[in-house]
Amino acid sequence: MANASSLPEDLLQVPPAAASPSAAGGTLGARRLAGRGGSWLMSLGLGLLLPLLAAVLWEFAAAQQWLRPNQLPAPSAVLDEMLGLAKTGELWQHLAATGERVLWGFLSGAAAATLLGALTGYSRLARQILDPTLQALKAVPSLAWVPLFILWFGIFELSKVLLIAVGIFFPIYLNLMTGILSTDRKLVEVGHVYGLSRRQLVWRVLLPATLPSYFTGLRAGLALGWMFVIAAELMGASKGLGFLMLDGQMTGRPQMIIGSIVLFAVVGKLTDSLLAWAARKALAWQDSFATMTR
Amino acid sequence: MAEPMLQIAGVSKHYRPQGGQPHLAVEAVDLDVEAGEIVCLVGTSGCGKSTLLRIVAGLEKPTTGRVRIAGVEVAAPSRDVGLVFQEPRLLPWMSVRQNVRLALLDLPRDEQDGLIDAVLAKVGLGRFADVWPHQLSGGMAQRAAIARALVRRPRLLLLDEPFSALDSFTRQNLQEHLLQLWRDGGFTMVFVTHDIEEAVALSDRIVVLRGQPGRVVAVHEVVLPRPRDRSSPAFFDLKNTIIRQLRLV
Repeated sequence: MANASSLPEDLLQVPPAAASPSAAGGTLGARRLAGRGGSWLMSLGLGLLLPLLAAVLWEFAAAQQWLRPNQLPAPSAVLDEMLGLAKTGELWQHLAATGERVLWGFLSGAAAATLLGALTGYSRLARQILDPTLQALKAVPSLAWVPLFILWFGIFELSKVLLIAVGIFFPIYLNLMTGILSTDRKLVEVGHVYGLSRRQLVWRVLLPATLPSYFTGLRAGLALGWMFVIAAELMGASKGLGFLMLDGQMTGRPQMIIGSIVLFAVVGKLTDSLLAWAARKALAWQDSFATMTR
Repeated sequence: MAEPMLQIAGVSKHYRPQGGQPHLAVEAVDLDVEAGEIVCLVGTSGCGKSTLLRIVAGLEKPTTGRVRIAGVEVAAPSRDVGLVFQEPRLLPWMSVRQNVRLALLDLPRDEQDGLIDAVLAKVGLGRFADVWPHQLSGGMAQRAAIARALVRRPRLLLLDEPFSALDSFTRQNLQEHLLQLWRDGGFTMVFVTHDIEEAVALSDRIVVLRGQPGRVVAVHEVVLPRPRDRSSPAFFDLKNTIIRQLRLV
């Protein structure tokens, strides 16, 4: 009789880390966490290298008076302008206004996309009825809705949030639907073999299988959200980063425009990192290139 | 006489693909499997042996004929029947433990954990309960799949070419291990394979299927004593007989 306590030969193929007694739960997880903590500052530094280098060169060029300050002011001038706005509290109002628009647009657009994407993904009939229309609407450039929204809702918050929601809707809808449709039939069959109820099948098989492409959709949607908020604010607003840019253009202060652009880059990157972090948490089971090189 | 564990009577399966020619996968198969027996279905690819197993598992319905397990006609997958596929089919977002738990979701939680620990120890994965499937080797993943199929102590275990994707060393290792689980567990096994050596090494009886649609062309009682010596003349003879039967045009 073979001895269950002696390891069968094929167990020897495991990498030593996974074969340690507490396996992934303890040692492996702790080691990976420590590794990530150590390299966290490092990767932040590496990521900031290029922008900082560009800022230094730019500052140098401005100091040498190679640039015309009324067109391309020095980074220090941009910083001054922004710090001034921050001190009066104005900057935070603009940032909050823009952030709020993106937030509501994202939430409403993502909610609608999740609902319809799930519906068309799971139900063939719903897909046949809804998807052609939605695909046709997707072909309409989102900005084409602007005149209509303004006519209906004026230039106030509702039309702005709506425009952002429309822009965000499609990538999320499409990724969710195709994610559901491309769920491995063989894994669904495992659910049937073990007599999972419909509810258990959704929570334990279909939903996790869809999560990777859903997150892809959310991130693409969020990026579009920051894009459309600018369009929305350029069409008329009294607050927001887009307004700040228009204001800078009207009053001839390029440092305000450039400062707003930089702020967009920063908040866009931060919110995307937030989603990427959530995705990494939720998709820890994935065996991908990204986990290997982390 | 006791009732057979598995009765397959006059089973045929007709496929009508959309827009394609209807085709017959298996035709008029009769087979009884006694409790505790190991029966292998061997055949060339496309002879419908996997289809037959899927019908027994309740994943597909026969066009004609009927299948009974312990006297009860099969209508849908049953928790009393274990099934192992060619691929491990572990859900990648669940640990090994959670994958095995899938078979026990109708039981109270504390009962689940005891059963899971016991079965994982039995297949040699006791220390790997909490790893992700992608951290397992091919052989270990298939062990986990076997654990999931056996955790409810099914009376009948069905296996569809479970070791065909493994290297020959791991395969033989798992074959021996499966035999040991069978000796300890006292279940009945129906095993589909295209590896004739595997069939001779494991079975009490070998059913040879051939053709399209697949039909039973021969049944061999294997009387070789266990553990079987794969290099013995008798082993070799039986292997060659089956190879000839599969080649016959």
